Amino acid sequence: MQNQSTWVRSRNYVFWIIGILMVGIAIGVSLIAKPPEIAPFDLLPAILRGLGVTIQLTVGGAILALVVALIAGIARSSRNAIVRGISSVYVEVFRGSSVLVQMFWIFFVLPLPPFNIELTALQAGILALGLNVGAYGAEVVRGAIQAIDRGQIEASIALNMSPGLMMRRVIIPQATVRILPPFGNLMIELLKATSLASLITLSDITFQAASLRQTVGRIPEVFSLLLVIYFLLAYPLTLGVRWIESRRRWAA
Amino acid sequence: MSELWNWGFVLEILPRLLGGLVVTVEATLVGFILAVVLGLFLALGRRSENPWISQPIGAIVEFIRSTPLLVQLFFFFFVLPRYGIRLPAFLVGTVALGLHYGTYTSEVYRAGIDAVDRGQWEAATALNFSPLRVWTGIILPQAIPPMYPALGNYLIGMFKESAQLLAITVTELMLTARVIGTETFRFLEPITMAGLLYFLISYPSALLVQRLEARYARRS
Repeated sequence: MQNQSTWVRSRNYVFWIIGILMVGIAIGVSLIAKPPEIAPFDLLPAILRGLGVTIQLTVGGAILALVVALIAGIARSSRNAIVRGISSVYVEVFRGSSVLVQMFWIFFVLPLPPFNIELTALQAGILALGLNVGAYGAEVVRGAIQAIDRGQIEASIALNMSPGLMMRRVIIPQATVRILPPFGNLMIELLKATSLASLITLSDITFQAASLRQTVGRIPEVFSLLLVIYFLLAYPLTLGVRWIESRRRWAA
Repeated sequence: MSELWNWGFVLEILPRLLGGLVVTVEATLVGFILAVVLGLFLALGRRSENPWISQPIGAIVEFIRSTPLLVQLFFFFFVLPRYGIRLPAFLVGTVALGLHYGTYTSEVYRAGIDAVDRGQWEAATALNFSPLRVWTGIILPQAIPPMYPALGNYLIGMFKESAQLLAITVTELMLTARVIGTETFRFLEPITMAGLLYFLISYPSALLVQRLEARYARRS
């Protein structure tokens, strides 16, 4: 009976999310295609010029973060002390300060001697976001691997699985389920943090809004609109995370 | 100036950086006090049986959590003067920081209050205590101590994220480092030192919070 009711509720959730998403996408597409002339929506095209950069930063940062999190997270549960040490240093250093500090470091310090690494602002932004979020993700991966029942590992050893096969067939499938909700939350943080890239000259939506402030004025409208845009980008992710969590509770 | 890392230069700029660090710490502490107080009221408001209170507060919390702190800082810093409210940047920054993290601490309170045993509520009802006495005498004293680790994590988070206050001209640690960089054309030492100062405070604090967490985990 209990199962039945949670099942029904989680199904309701799906319809709600799909419904809201479709309405949201329809409104979004129609606004971008033909922005109404009424205030404040006439400002929308100018701000949305930065949407491409915001999405590039989010997607690029997310891919880098995912790769780094998996490598560092698995390395942190390694038996080799050196591998474990290197990944621990990486995680602690990047969690020890904020994305902004790291972005400034990569943007201002790396192009100068002794490093002489020329990066475009976009590369610097993606690198900082990916490495920072990746450090938090690595902790999630490590936690998920540690949470796997010892008996599962013992059973794999008893079945004479190689460590690689055990990773692929036993550990990763179970860890993925635990990883998804916290990773979703990290993606939301990442999306919000992309606004910091406007401080290293990247013309994302925050940058566009800040320059509108100087050219057009109409400050309350510009920044209210910007807040709403971020909310519309981030909230579907929040709902998605909640949906996965409700599914997981049902599966467990 | 061609050497890789100039210790003399580091010593020269260290007092200025420490001055910036003091502003960072001040902003963090004021913001944290705000976040802790505000978080409690937001959590209580969200639990209200009156939907006219709980629903709007829930919506506000979701909205603030879903938008970047930087944009909120810009919003308060640039929009308030338009309505005749002129406040110093430091005050705007700490209030925005406190408001942003208040929505996060409200979730901590919510989880903490939910974790109090149902029997405690029932006993309080059976003894006919007033709602104020139930909250201040029974529920909160049990709910709050287990929250210390989570609140500690947000305190550290606020300390690190307060660097964003540089965008509204608060001369905290990060802005100080960047200004030194622009003045001297040497970015390596000031920005690295700023990062190091953040690390030197946040890492030991994180270890302390971990120990606190282990203590509460053992107790329960």
